[in-house]
Amino acid sequence: MSGSDIILDVRGLKKHFPIRRGLLRRLSGQVRAVDGVSFSIRRGETLALVGESGCGKTTAARCILRAIPPSAGAVNFTIDGRTVDLATLPRRQLRPLRRHMQMVFQDPYSSLNPRMVVGDIIGEPLLINGMANRAERRARVTQLMELVQLPSAYFNRFPHAFSGGQRQRIGIARALALNPGLIVADEPVSALDVSVQAQILNLMLDLQDRLGLTYLFVAHDLSVVKHVSDRVAVMYVGRIVELAETETLYRRPLHPYTEALLSAAPTPVPGAISSRIVLEREIADPANPPPGCPFHPRCRYATDMCRSEVPQLQEVEPGRWVSCHRAGELGLAGVG
Amino acid sequence: MAAPSDSERYAVATQWQLTWWRFRRHKLAMVSLVVVVLFYLLAVSADFLATSDPHETDARTSYIAPQPIHLFDDGAFRPYTYGLKGVRDVKTFKLIYTLDTSRKVYVEFFARGYRYSFLGIETDLHLLGLKDAGKGDGIHLLGTDLLGRDLWSRLMVATRVSLTIGLVGVSISLFLGVLLGGVSAIYGGWVDTVIQRGIEVVRSMPTIPLWLGLAAALPNDWSVTQIYFAITIIISLLAWTDLARVVRGKFLSLREEEFVMAAELAGAGQTRIIFHHMLPSFASHIIAAVSLALPAMIISETSLSFLGLGLRPPAISWGILLQDAQNIQTLALAPWLLFSAVPVILVILAFNFLGDGLRDAADPYG
Repeated sequence: MSGSDIILDVRGLKKHFPIRRGLLRRLSGQVRAVDGVSFSIRRGETLALVGESGCGKTTAARCILRAIPPSAGAVNFTIDGRTVDLATLPRRQLRPLRRHMQMVFQDPYSSLNPRMVVGDIIGEPLLINGMANRAERRARVTQLMELVQLPSAYFNRFPHAFSGGQRQRIGIARALALNPGLIVADEPVSALDVSVQAQILNLMLDLQDRLGLTYLFVAHDLSVVKHVSDRVAVMYVGRIVELAETETLYRRPLHPYTEALLSAAPTPVPGAISSRIVLEREIADPANPPPGCPFHPRCRYATDMCRSEVPQLQEVEPGRWVSCHRAGELGLAGVG
Repeated sequence: MAAPSDSERYAVATQWQLTWWRFRRHKLAMVSLVVVVLFYLLAVSADFLATSDPHETDARTSYIAPQPIHLFDDGAFRPYTYGLKGVRDVKTFKLIYTLDTSRKVYVEFFARGYRYSFLGIETDLHLLGLKDAGKGDGIHLLGTDLLGRDLWSRLMVATRVSLTIGLVGVSISLFLGVLLGGVSAIYGGWVDTVIQRGIEVVRSMPTIPLWLGLAAALPNDWSVTQIYFAITIIISLLAWTDLARVVRGKFLSLREEEFVMAAELAGAGQTRIIFHHMLPSFASHIIAAVSLALPAMIISETSLSFLGLGLRPPAISWGILLQDAQNIQTLALAPWLLFSAVPVILVILAFNFLGDGLRDAADPYG
């Protein structure tokens, strides 16, 4: 992996939310929503960030775009041959950079202002970033609507007249308005019907081909991710536990948590023997994680070492990272 | 071009259209809306509807019972009422004025009466008047009070005063509420804490003693207008807290909305986010909150004036009219004085139903 074609390089990203209690709002603890996440994305590729709800993947995505300020770490974003650290950049200098990275939201209902017509929603980023001419803006919005396969006759309609899938197309068109290099998609299809999910995923893949986009694709479901991503990072309680090429990760997972997630994904083969691994207990509390490996209370391979020592994320093969004490010795089951 | 279909109309309907369609389904609220509008029309044209000068006293017309108007005379539409005559009470030797049924006085429409100014225009035009009225003759639709002033005319003017005090008071509390609620939500931290604890302190004060103290502090030599504004300010000083809480809550919940984050990520500044995305989103909620705050305001003024702490005569408001009906003796003698309570009840009920309907319709996307 050469340094020049990396668009986003995240190093040791942390986001801790303080817990305050009592009349004096004294600090009584911290929720470590994101606790030291590192990865990088090459220009034009799709990296999926996968994990259960509450594992910090959405928080990580929001920190990367500086929708919320990260507590620590670096987010090195490379644009036009220049690299900036988004995590520490002052707000004033951040605003002109926003156009290069956009977000597609999870909930197509709450992410569109119900009081604005579709044309204004898609055109808002243009207006904010200086395209003041109405006719010019309208032409660009029409073009964007065609790009996401929405009839441009819908320009004056309000979001309440659209279905979930159509709304998500509007959200995608808005994200594309400023020609961004990087798109962070926060579970873009998890709120949609299964039949619509495929349409939106195919649209996103098609747009990636045509516009050379880079995706950070956040998802909780490995079956969706398989079709869109080049590489997958699996998160558990604020940390990445495994990162690998999609193909390799699915065939031969190295972390017991990945194995469990893979076994939970439905298999499209009729009559296939389901060997689903049901994880016991709840996901660990990020305000009070267990000692040692955070996954050990739910891991069926856990040893004494797992209960006391925190495993580090290590590169076991080129491009293959895992954080497990027993990474090499377990023969874990994959799919496909 | 063909007429747009229903679904097409729905697709391009703005928030206000959706709200209106939803509000229209609330029958009671619609009726209340009509009542409220009628009352405000009445308030605007109070002097025009008044039949005699609400301040003019006349010893001869003291405690005259409501005086009916007869619409037909000899089979033709020619409304008339009776004149006034003095009769000596044989027991007390007191001169009592009663209606003289032998003498008809005809009612005239768009008659000339006392002078008043309407929107800056001096005029003496009134809806009803008497043709060739003798001394003491008048139309007393709701009777008169001890000093012989016409209750109907006084009620018209009182309606104007009481309804506008509500509006002015709500405007002041709306301003305070949006400002302090907005500041509280946007800045957060210790500013939020100070404002919220302040609201709790204000709300925990018993209102009547506080009003008592503040109203008692008003100088005696202030004019009617000065007192009027002082009273509205006193009332709204306590009423803004509810609105401030509504505004703060809405700000905080909207800040978490993804469309607000989307605007921020597109590079929108805080001003644009607040005025373009947040305020329009809760404007309808504010209107609903205001329509529920108005009746409380009106009740406050009425009770203050009733207790003699709010407006003082010669000002006329519902509370002041009801003050006349304070003791049993006068009520036994002139029960019609209690009629002033009717518009109070009507307006308060109508506002409450209206506010209910608005609140239900305020979020057409929910």
